Amino acid sequence: MLNIQSVDKVYPNGTRALDRVGLNVEQGEIVAVVGGSGCGKSTLLRLVAGLDPATRGRVELDGETISAPHECVGLIFQEPRLLPWLTVAGNVGFGISHLPKAKRERIVGEVLLRVGLADYAERWPRELSGGQAQRVAIARALAPRPKVLLLDEPFSALDAFTRASLHEHVLDLWRAFKPTLVLVTHDVEEAAYLADRVVVMRPRPGRISSVFELDLKRPRDRYGPELEAAKRRILNALDQSLRERTAGDELVPAAAI
Amino acid sequence: MSVMDAIQERDAAQEAASPVTSVPVAKSRFGAKFALGILLPVALAAGWEIAVASGLAQGRLMPPPSRLFKTLYDLAITGELWRHIFATLARVAAGFALGTIVGTLVGALAGASRLAKDIVDPTLQGLRSVPSIAWVPLFILWLGIFEESKIALIAVGCFFPVYLGVFGAIASVDRKTVEVGRMFRLSQFQLVRRILLPAILPAYILALRQGLGLGWMFVVAAEFMGASEGLGYLLVDGQQLGKPDQILAAILTFAILGKITDGLLAAASAPLLTWQDAFAPKN
Repeated sequence: MLNIQSVDKVYPNGTRALDRVGLNVEQGEIVAVVGGSGCGKSTLLRLVAGLDPATRGRVELDGETISAPHECVGLIFQEPRLLPWLTVAGNVGFGISHLPKAKRERIVGEVLLRVGLADYAERWPRELSGGQAQRVAIARALAPRPKVLLLDEPFSALDAFTRASLHEHVLDLWRAFKPTLVLVTHDVEEAAYLADRVVVMRPRPGRISSVFELDLKRPRDRYGPELEAAKRRILNALDQSLRERTAGDELVPAAAI
Repeated sequence: MSVMDAIQERDAAQEAASPVTSVPVAKSRFGAKFALGILLPVALAAGWEIAVASGLAQGRLMPPPSRLFKTLYDLAITGELWRHIFATLARVAAGFALGTIVGTLVGALAGASRLAKDIVDPTLQGLRSVPSIAWVPLFILWLGIFEESKIALIAVGCFFPVYLGVFGAIASVDRKTVEVGRMFRLSQFQLVRRILLPAILPAYILALRQGLGLGWMFVVAAEFMGASEGLGYLLVDGQQLGKPDQILAAILTFAILGKITDGLLAAASAPLLTWQDAFAPKN
């Protein structure tokens, strides 16, 4: 239902951030996009979010071209980006302000309950820890029940245990509302734990190196052998992606001797 | 138990353990602050009083505090003081209201629209460089010598800090915050109302207080232009009749009124800023 059709993204200074990137995402799928820094994964996400335009090619959601932020697409940023002048409830209800008050408050209550912050509705963002703030950001993105939820390295700034806790929250919300998730991450374990499919990108210019299914049933054992195997598979693919050379790439100096 | 239950249990424990920290306002702390603040003026006044009383200094051009308070008292008793205070206060209020409303609107426009900014800002920056007193003859010619020209002058004085405050603050709103608004597909107008204006509120309050301070400054210039009542009139009258105590009494009243109005503005805006996570220590 989400079609990324051969998109290019070239910045005014000539940097080719994305080069003929194409991807199809099915309804309700969880796709993880991994790759080293500079591979264009965040750029790709911003294109799908409608925040930046593609230089060439297009993104389609159920046949509709995305050229600006779409009501069925939500985005969770790397930082929580909560609005400091609104309470937690105010923040969560920010995207559904067009709904009547009673309905809005009900949805806010439900979604806060799901992320485990039901008692925090009247708190200010400055009173929250990093993990709590990110949970509020997740609740805010999900309140309008988007069809597609984009996550741009949302847990990279958190400690391992908080990250694991938030993985569970995301999976719980995914089971409840069944959005399509596109998760950009540099954490291989996170990709292995959450994703149905993994897209490996490589830099200079940004393009897709490989795509593969993980074929693991949920709930996944974070410390089990299947997950270890999946992690190894992703790491190999990453390694492989960095070895690929296309015409014009410079040889590693030692190999040129 | 399932992983989800374990996570929820841990979340609940964490929430129970992290209390909301808030700083209670200690009455004694406020009293100490007030005492420290008033120490210097009281010491200077007492020193001068003693100097004049003991003949060390002549109290003609610079009257001692006791004479000053007597002058104020006389003015107050006859009702004169209140008449002048009310006249000045009314002018400041009207000029402040006009200047801040226009300043807010133009600042918001210039901040939100690049085109508007390119059209409007260069002209305003040019006008800002005009010394305020230079407007006096023009306004008198255009608007006469009564209230209109005075209020216009005060409005001009209040306009610029508010315009600059709103415009500058909007320009420095974090792009990351604006992107949240973009993701929720806010229209230009909604972006300004729901994200830009609340984001600039602290800077805006500061700009309002600056505008108010300038308003008090400008009312003096305005009343110099030919007023028959007002604190500025008392200044001119005191100079023409050689009454330094009247001049100083008016100055003292200006200081007190200015401080009171600023304090009221600060106090009224404090509840709107409880969400701030800023460096400035509270109280």
